[in-house]
Amino acid sequence: MRKLKEFIIEKLILICGLASIFFVVLIFLFLLKEGLAVFKTVGPFKFLFGKSWYPISEPAQLGILPLIFGSLLVTLGAAIISIPVGVGCAVYIAEIAPAKIKEILKAGIELLAAIPSVVLGFVGMITLVPLVKSVFHLPTGLTALSGSIMLAFMAMPTIVSVAEDALYSVPKTYKEGALALGATHWQTIWRVMLPASSSGILAAVMLGIGRVIGETMAVMMITGNAAVMPNSILVPVRTLTATIAAEMGEAVVGSEHYFALFAIGIVLFIISFAINVTADLFLHKRQ
Amino acid sequence: MSFKIITKNLNLWYGGFHALKNINSGFEANRITAIIGPSGCGKSTMLRVFNRMNDLIDGVRTQGEVLIDRVNILDSGVDLVALRKKVGMVFQRPNPFPLSIYENIIFGEKIHGEHIIRDKLDEIVEKSLKDVLLWDELKDKLNEPALRLSLEQKQRLCIARLIAIRPDVLLMDEPCSTLDPQATARVEELMRELKNKYTIIIVTHNMQQAARVSDDTGFMLLGELVEFGRTDQVFKAPLDQRTEDYITGRYG
Repeated sequence: MRKLKEFIIEKLILICGLASIFFVVLIFLFLLKEGLAVFKTVGPFKFLFGKSWYPISEPAQLGILPLIFGSLLVTLGAAIISIPVGVGCAVYIAEIAPAKIKEILKAGIELLAAIPSVVLGFVGMITLVPLVKSVFHLPTGLTALSGSIMLAFMAMPTIVSVAEDALYSVPKTYKEGALALGATHWQTIWRVMLPASSSGILAAVMLGIGRVIGETMAVMMITGNAAVMPNSILVPVRTLTATIAAEMGEAVVGSEHYFALFAIGIVLFIISFAINVTADLFLHKRQ
Repeated sequence: MSFKIITKNLNLWYGGFHALKNINSGFEANRITAIIGPSGCGKSTMLRVFNRMNDLIDGVRTQGEVLIDRVNILDSGVDLVALRKKVGMVFQRPNPFPLSIYENIIFGEKIHGEHIIRDKLDEIVEKSLKDVLLWDELKDKLNEPALRLSLEQKQRLCIARLIAIRPDVLLMDEPCSTLDPQATARVEELMRELKNKYTIIIVTHNMQQAARVSDDTGFMLLGELVEFGRTDQVFKAPLDQRTEDYITGRYG
């Protein structure tokens, strides 16, 4: 009897363990099935590198290059803002801040991570968008830049906490060694602590970027959603994620448009997968 | 006779714990002085006074004087960068930085030097590695990561990294405790060669090592410097009963 109970529990746990993998595979297969159908009407090359996205014109033009550029531009901008600030913040927390300030900062960072993206988007729409508009004298503040700034806030908690962890796990002996050679605190951080934790910090950056590229709600609210090729960071753009979210509701099931949106999903899936794998590689290199 | 380092009524507390009790001692230049004693007796703490590494620990309080070249290094105005350049330290666990062998050795030059000339750096690397007898082994793999070296090579590299900044005093905190007997013997040999140029103070829990390598020996117990003198005398005819008990293996 007891053996049977053990057996059942063991198998149940096994099923739970396999479930996550099973669902990922299932989702991916579903994506593939729905998404690849688009290639009956448009070639993969034309789909990825076509410059026009007019899904409901006749005939439909399904080039997602503007969307890819939109995503990359917003992500790049967010990365440029959030990496130096995030890593700087991590260095301050791990190495410089007195214990009390450290606790306050860490709590603040956690709080930042807890803000729902729709709220962040809403706040950005009310405050940041008019600011960008008036500072750069633009016809509209709904631009890639606004999206980048807002997304930088979303990437920051991930970057700070993972990078801080990486810095914290640098052996104390490195720090002692550098100080004993007469290095200043800053020289120790710059020449020893950061190089020693570089793979962890790269992982932090990748995870932060992964968060940004998959983000939908906030970007949809503040980037203007114009599916045109962006020529600067001060124009409206539309990201891959926002396109799916905005158009899925109105696409006719089984139409080219519908299949194209799934194909965008595949592209996104591949991008985040690649980013996560890279981050993982860095993390493993560290251990 | 001139002392390189003199301690006068040196006291140190970790919070409420009295770790060094009224230490008076003098360390001569170009000699190796060993500090021995059981674990927790304060010998590492004492060593870390000389380059002010104890400053890194919260709640440390020091009293008294420590004169190095007649300057009291416990003064609050002391330039720690200059002090640590002059008084270098080798740690218990070899701690090369996760950089290349070359980068490890020029680390000191990079942080202290203002105008760095590539040829001069090459020269420093070669000379420092020769001084620790690593040049022949490593000259063809200077750009390899230092973390790939053996423990003994790592410890020698740490010594090379230190002498590259031309200190006066070498503090060694159980430098051989992670090494095997052969490697230990070779590092001890290296210490004997280095003492012509430096004042060496070595902390060790290994009495045979102290007897083999040092000229002078200090014996510490519970934060007190019980005995301090020529190594021969301390080992063969200790003045204090506690020293004799420790040396003959009655405790520790």
